[in-house]
Amino acid sequence: MNVEIAGENSLIIYFGETTDPLVSAQVQQAAARLETVMADALIDMVPSYASLLVIYDQHKTDHYAVRRHIRETLAQLGHTAQQAGQVITLPVYYSAESGPDLEALAENAKLTVAEVIRIHSEMEYRVYAIGFAPGFAYLGEVDPRIAAARLSTPRLKVPRGAVAIADRQTAVYPAVSPGGWNLIGLCPTRMFNPEADPTMPVQVGDRVRFSPIERAEFLALGGEL
Amino acid sequence: MSGFLVKQPGLLTLIQDAGRYGQHRIGLTTGGPLDGEAFNWANRLCGNELDASGLEVSIGGLVLEAQVDTALAVTGADMPFKINGQDVARWCTHKVKAGDKIELGFATSGSRAYLTVAGGFNVDQSFSSTATVTREAVGGLSGDKLKQGDLLPCQAHSPTELWALPESEQPDYNADVTLRVILGYQHQTFDSVQQRLFFSSEYALSSRADRMGFRLEGQPVKSQLNGILSEGICHGAIQIPADGQPIVLLNDRQTIGGYPKIGSVISRDTAHLSQRMPGAKIRFEEISLEKAHNINCLAQRRFINMSLQQIA
Repeated sequence: MNVEIAGENSLIIYFGETTDPLVSAQVQQAAARLETVMADALIDMVPSYASLLVIYDQHKTDHYAVRRHIRETLAQLGHTAQQAGQVITLPVYYSAESGPDLEALAENAKLTVAEVIRIHSEMEYRVYAIGFAPGFAYLGEVDPRIAAARLSTPRLKVPRGAVAIADRQTAVYPAVSPGGWNLIGLCPTRMFNPEADPTMPVQVGDRVRFSPIERAEFLALGGEL
Repeated sequence: MSGFLVKQPGLLTLIQDAGRYGQHRIGLTTGGPLDGEAFNWANRLCGNELDASGLEVSIGGLVLEAQVDTALAVTGADMPFKINGQDVARWCTHKVKAGDKIELGFATSGSRAYLTVAGGFNVDQSFSSTATVTREAVGGLSGDKLKQGDLLPCQAHSPTELWALPESEQPDYNADVTLRVILGYQHQTFDSVQQRLFFSSEYALSSRADRMGFRLEGQPVKSQLNGILSEGICHGAIQIPADGQPIVLLNDRQTIGGYPKIGSVISRDTAHLSQRMPGAKIRFEEISLEKAHNINCLAQRRFINMSLQQIA
């Protein structure tokens, strides 16, 4: 583990260099502990795959004290990937109509569309990070057979709810946005709703399963085509 | 509640408070005023708390009509400022009455002005802040920039004292900018030659500059890494993509990104950067984290202890 300066009031802790459930669990544990021990000297934190950005109030503390909190916290971390997060099932309408890249992805992978859907929906994914946009959860890792490089030209407009694959990551777009991931379906569940409580169905450390649904069910659940 | 009616919204006028904190874990960015110094002075001139809600007026073109008697102040960029058609000074408090017309013309120096009223605008918080981030459709009146016909609610106020910031404290937005940088993040992946190139070259501010980040153009700098596992990005972080051209990330940055970063610009300097127009010349200077803490702590003491001039 390695602590680096990030900016005038932030340090970043590196727990590893790869996507790994054990490392991700340590990031979560460290975030929870630091939130308690730093109390109101903490401004914000950004947990990601293998790092934790810690932003502190430089008028209430300093980087020496924050480094001490980090050292003490890291010394007490467990070494098991305890699955504390909840399991969330997200329904997905997979089809050429809702996922314009589904057929090309299957063709490139030398699989049938049905096999791609089965492989994507039989795995359990971990929420490694939330960022890019509010509610955008980075889920990993997809089976290598259906991993797919980003589009060479990103789309200007990806619809809300688009279920997508990029390399070995998968995600559901929480809002209409530009994007270069391969679109394979649509999820009717809102991934970010400022009016709802909680605003997001998932948080970092949770596990996600995708459950295939038919067109009629997608529409009945409030999905829009 | 009454307040100020938006007759003309200007090019980009946003409701801002001190920013949105503690929400990065659901992917929400910070928002808040790009030039925090000018914003803080505007609130102090109105006797407000520093997190009161005011307006960030980019480039200009704002016309408001007061529906209440109160006091207001304008700081930041030099925009022709008129009350009922009369030129009035920035960096000081003015009394206004219901029916008064408040106009901010287009910036002649700097690019962002801050307008605050006594007591602040009374806007509902979303995610513990009123800061508007249009990309996320969060904050402000409806997650968007001001529109004609919007009402900016505030309470009537009868100010007994009016204040001005001494001229010696008012910034010069035409001065050259040297951005003080704390080395950090992936700085070791920029070898000593690349670091020397970076700190000895002059960059120009590109026209691709918005509240997410300011792109600079000039001497390319290369990291030995192409990309990194996506990680949190702090305010002021200098991201260097494969084309070698630095991007200084600001208030509306995305919370997570995957480009190598050489370090971060201190917030006092991003404030001055944000006032510059495309083409402005920019240099970087390395400082230590200790020096940055000293600069920021002393600046805070100076802000707290600086006396405003009473003008009425």
